[in-house]
Amino acid sequence: MYDVCIIGAGVTGSSIARELSKYDLKTIVVERGLDVCEGTSKANSGIVHAGFDAEPGTLKAKLNREGNERMEQLSKDLDFSFKRNGSMVICCEESGMDTLKKLMSNGEKNGVKNMKIISGDEARAKEPNLSKNVIAALDVPMGGIVCPFELTIALAENACVNGVEFAFDNEVKDIKRSTGCYKVITSKREIEAKIVINAAGVYADRIHSMVSTVPMKITARRGQYCLYDKQTGKMVSRTIFQLPSKLGKGVLFTPTVHGNLLVGPTAEDIDDKEGTNTTAEGMNYARMKASESVENMPAGRMMITSFSGLRAHEEGDDFIIREAEDAENFIDAAGIESPGLSCAPVIGEYVANIVIPKLNPKKKEDFIAKREGIRHINSLPVEERERLIKENSAYSVIVCRCEMITEGEILDAIHRPLGARTLDGIKRRTRAGMGRCQAGFCTPRTMELISAELGISMEEILKSGRDSHVL
Amino acid sequence: MYCRNVDIAIIGGGPAGLAAALAAREAGVQDVLILERDTKLGGILNQCIHNGFGLHTFKEELTGPEYAARFADRVIAEGIEYKLGTMVVDLSKDKTITAMNREDGMFTIKAKAVILAMGCRERPRGALGIPGFRPAGIFSAGTAQRFVNIEGIMPGKEVVILGSGDIGLIMARRMTLEGAKVKVVAELMPYSGGLKRNIVQCLNDYGIPLKLSHTVVDIKGKERVEGVTIAQVDAKNKPIPGTEEFYACDTLLLSCGLIPENELTTGAGIEMNPVTSGAVVDNSLETSIPGIYACGNVLHVHDLVDYVSEEAGNAGRNAAKFVLDAGREEAGSDPIIMKTGKGVRYTVPSKICREKVEKDVLVRFRVDNVYKDVKLGIFFDGELVRSVKKRTVAPGEMEELRIRKEELDKFPDVREITVGFAED
Repeated sequence: MYDVCIIGAGVTGSSIARELSKYDLKTIVVERGLDVCEGTSKANSGIVHAGFDAEPGTLKAKLNREGNERMEQLSKDLDFSFKRNGSMVICCEESGMDTLKKLMSNGEKNGVKNMKIISGDEARAKEPNLSKNVIAALDVPMGGIVCPFELTIALAENACVNGVEFAFDNEVKDIKRSTGCYKVITSKREIEAKIVINAAGVYADRIHSMVSTVPMKITARRGQYCLYDKQTGKMVSRTIFQLPSKLGKGVLFTPTVHGNLLVGPTAEDIDDKEGTNTTAEGMNYARMKASESVENMPAGRMMITSFSGLRAHEEGDDFIIREAEDAENFIDAAGIESPGLSCAPVIGEYVANIVIPKLNPKKKEDFIAKREGIRHINSLPVEERERLIKENSAYSVIVCRCEMITEGEILDAIHRPLGARTLDGIKRRTRAGMGRCQAGFCTPRTMELISAELGISMEEILKSGRDSHVL
Repeated sequence: MYCRNVDIAIIGGGPAGLAAALAAREAGVQDVLILERDTKLGGILNQCIHNGFGLHTFKEELTGPEYAARFADRVIAEGIEYKLGTMVVDLSKDKTITAMNREDGMFTIKAKAVILAMGCRERPRGALGIPGFRPAGIFSAGTAQRFVNIEGIMPGKEVVILGSGDIGLIMARRMTLEGAKVKVVAELMPYSGGLKRNIVQCLNDYGIPLKLSHTVVDIKGKERVEGVTIAQVDAKNKPIPGTEEFYACDTLLLSCGLIPENELTTGAGIEMNPVTSGAVVDNSLETSIPGIYACGNVLHVHDLVDYVSEEAGNAGRNAAKFVLDAGREEAGSDPIIMKTGKGVRYTVPSKICREKVEKDVLVRFRVDNVYKDVKLGIFFDGELVRSVKKRTVAPGEMEELRIRKEELDKFPDVREITVGFAED
């Protein structure tokens, strides 16, 4: 019998798992994918929002501000990439000024610090590549960027080190009420738990309806993105937003924390919760809209990849983080769309505040609060690099030439807690294959390492899902 | 971190690096060091097990590994030093190379001259903007070639190939011979990007259809490729609605162009040519940094390895000259600027330094479309000096012209030389 069963190993499930691992609890995370970060958490803008867009008084507003404030410390504790690069919302027409002011006042109500409306020229002085059409901008120093993979993996790894179990390849098929507990029936096993937490992303409504009759509807709102070569990554230093629309925050133009340029997302409500495909229309729209933010939009040939993610949009437009009305000890963490990533540092705590009074566990004294991430050799000072190479010569062998990822980093990714088992798992942990050649060069080499280290044949190696055989 | 000095450091031990090393040694420089990231010399030729290499250089048809071995064996016989499994991580303006490998860890090399011979990489799916899912089963043709020829594993059974570059054509035949069904080769352009002989020998001989002016507009399959949709494109390369055709397949190979691999070059601040994505070089193949030379596919993508070897030999000789003439005089006059005329996309070299003209200047270039019965002309400051008739020219094949030394001598004041089509 588990105390807590968390459904979903995305950033929300991982955040909850990490928080609960501070307590003397038997916790398990069940995940249908073969790794953490396989759903919405892997395909989003990677923005740590300042918190000016959420309606004041909503849970989104509260958790966003707190999450933003705590992201920096968390990034130090768990060693993931985060940068407070600042955001800017640009306004290109007089008619948009009211919206801009509304955002500023929203932000103030939400507790966002140091915002300022500046003129178009002031904005261009800060960001010289901004469009000449910008007449004003909301300057928001609190905005940041984060690597969503690293963040999710760091939370999960730390939870794992602190005793949380992870059951991958376990799709939840049903949940049954039992005496004093729930029985979570997955594609592989049955798990009994006193408390069930629903962090199933776009499928949270399906999971919810397994135990509750209170209606919930999560719509998959697709966002398509285009990612550009690092040569273009310095076009802007801040995240440039356009004025928001009904469907979301509009198309942004941002450096990523690793130095690429990212544009997108679109916002399309789709019926298919597996519809993570890109479309020609979507990519064109993202690039066309993004080009309105800047002068000299990079040419299409500078693009290195495109992807799309599905926001878990709930009709009430706010997070649903609470115990289901008609299902005691079943806690939803649903509708976690933007700014869900920004809230990761505090969502766990918010959920824990519901769980802890129910079980009254002791706080662990030996909780390990810090985690050391994979050492990215190429970004270390030369002396440090030399030292690591002397310790382990695998750090001198480059496997991914574009991102300069060494064999040592890949071996670390495989052998650390919740280690990588798939090509995408390696990619998200190390960035091998994320560069401009998009894994053309490193795929065979990485596969040889996976094969040797895990003792599986090349033909058994998967890209990500259970049917995604590379060869 | 240890540091050593060498006369000539060559980055890359593929066909370009090997030929450059041999030429440099022949020209009298003893202290030559090749840095190669792979575990053996020869570069990409090692996985090109088909024949057709060396017709110009050796007057016989060799396989890729055989061609490479002709050079590698000589490099070894000459006692030219090389380091394998060695990745160069940085090149600085002052010709200091930072590299690392398992034996030496990190180390630096201060070179009197550097030859860039890093080759090129394949254009990935993302850069092509192909929409659809991102499943397993999408490979660049070269990656698939490595799996089949080096690892001995087939990447798939039912194959669609996008792009008719040479590697794609070669892989169409290779996959077929290994038992796969290659359903179609789609090419965005109205002409193939590969050599004519490869279309005949790799597609026609095996009954594989080539669809020109077609591209992939959708990829189906969440986990592994289940099929692709191909559509015809209009004159602006936009898909024409209603022409979509679905091909069930488990593998999509991409052969959509090669990109010179110039991260080190740009890192050193060397001037680049946006058309070739290679360095700007003069007639000695010297880049904008004196003593740094470029050759082979890192300079511009070649069609035949024979030309790579030839070019690299020139780079090796010129680098040797640079080292042996230490303290040579700086170029006295402004260089002659090479311009592209009608129908020509780029030229290598980009400029000609008169001081370095010893004999005829070889100019290599590619045309921007398929043309028949044209005259390729050399213009000095806009005046046609000479033209050469060509029955057909195509973007897939590199062209060359020689500017004769006596022509240059005859016009001592020429400022610009243009290569382009001449009117009748």
